[in-house]
Amino acid sequence: MDKNISFTLKVWRQRGPKEKGAFATYQMKDIPGDTSFLEMLDILNESLVNKGEEPIVFDHDCREGICGMCSLYVNGHPHGPATGATTCQLYMRRFKDGDTITVEPWRSAAFPVIRDLMVDRTAFDKIQQAGGYVSINTGGMPDANAIPIGKDVAEEAMDAAACVGCGACVAACKNGSAMLFVSAKVSQFALLPQGKAEAAKRAKSMVAKMDELGFGNCTNTRACEAECPKCISISNIARLNREFIKAKLKD
Amino acid sequence: MWLFNSSVGKKVIMSVSGIALVLFLLFHMSMNLVAIFSAEGYNMICEFLGANWYALIATAGLAALVVVHFVYAIILTLQNKKARGGQGYAYTVKPKNVEWASQNMFVLGVIVILGMALHLFNFWANMQLVEVLHMLGANVDASLAADGVHYIKETFACPVYVALYVIWLVALWFHLTHGFWSALQTLGWANQIWFNRWRVIGNVLVTIIILGFLAVVAVYAVCPCAGC
Repeated sequence: MDKNISFTLKVWRQRGPKEKGAFATYQMKDIPGDTSFLEMLDILNESLVNKGEEPIVFDHDCREGICGMCSLYVNGHPHGPATGATTCQLYMRRFKDGDTITVEPWRSAAFPVIRDLMVDRTAFDKIQQAGGYVSINTGGMPDANAIPIGKDVAEEAMDAAACVGCGACVAACKNGSAMLFVSAKVSQFALLPQGKAEAAKRAKSMVAKMDELGFGNCTNTRACEAECPKCISISNIARLNREFIKAKLKD
Repeated sequence: MWLFNSSVGKKVIMSVSGIALVLFLLFHMSMNLVAIFSAEGYNMICEFLGANWYALIATAGLAALVVVHFVYAIILTLQNKKARGGQGYAYTVKPKNVEWASQNMFVLGVIVILGMALHLFNFWANMQLVEVLHMLGANVDASLAADGVHYIKETFACPVYVALYVIWLVALWFHLTHGFWSALQTLGWANQIWFNRWRVIGNVLVTIIILGFLAVVAVYAVCPCAGC
């Protein structure tokens, strides 16, 4: 059984996209260590509602680390201090009694704050819509081994496909670049035969959309890779660069 | 044109110009080493690379590379600042595996450019420039224009210049240890294996280049009569 901790919570409050935001401070008392970070916010929100105050708005959905909805920049890390985990998989036992925990929304020009800790991540959907799919008819389920794919290639494609599109890479990047996200989405197809047919078009249109939406230029600092809850490798970024340069040279 | 209007294209410009400048530094460092062993040999190289047509074309090419690299650095940095948004984080931590140099490339680049300006003032302005002016008929004394060793001795006899050159070279080391592998990553020549290989190759190459430059500074600062 984890022990209970008491701590100070500094949360970014902002009433709307155009309003000026500021930090609000809350004292949290006797929170059990096995409470998840989002449950802790639920506890706080319940007490705020009981007092007749506005609850803190934050994104969440599956609460098991696969939907990519939760965000939160906790103590200088997207998804908090745990590695390879989303905010919903972060537990209060990570913190010590008497800590001050700072919670901020993703900060990026392409992800404007909607309210409090919730940001607008439709930019990622737009990039996906620009080419993050396979549009050719690949037929029914093929027989196993009808299309031989190497084990290491299959693994790499699967690792790239693990990206949940949460935007932690953009939040962590000092350049506000979305290259890790775009490269994962391009790589998961570019590595496999079904995706190769449209690989050149996909790389070009997704990068063009990314640039158009105002994401920054990657300078290979590797902050994205370090903070990604799915541990997506920057070797995907090299692949995206390769695919993009190859496609443009062919034109 | 994709090179100028896409994010990847602009970075390709940075990568190619950067790699070309690293190769130039390797060439420059190799020539400098001669000054440690033979003053006469070094001055022969200075003569050879004076105001001859090929040296002037190469100088213009280098200047163009530096300008392109610097101008695109400014464009990319401004775009990235804008993409970051107006509101910064209140609490920031440097994630593990993130090199300090990689987050400070622009500042390091500015130090490198300032060092280069000082270097041009100390050497180029006294050597190639004087020779060109002399050829154009200006009233300048070109008798020392190819005497590189004279200017090395004069510059590094002054401890302030020695300190400034050391700061410059250390900044250049940091800039290049990130820049080298980063350039190859941008060109797409990396994967799980080559990423580590390029980092090791880059670190070794850049360390050799910088140590070579530092050796000349150190030798002439400690013993002004080296190479005689």
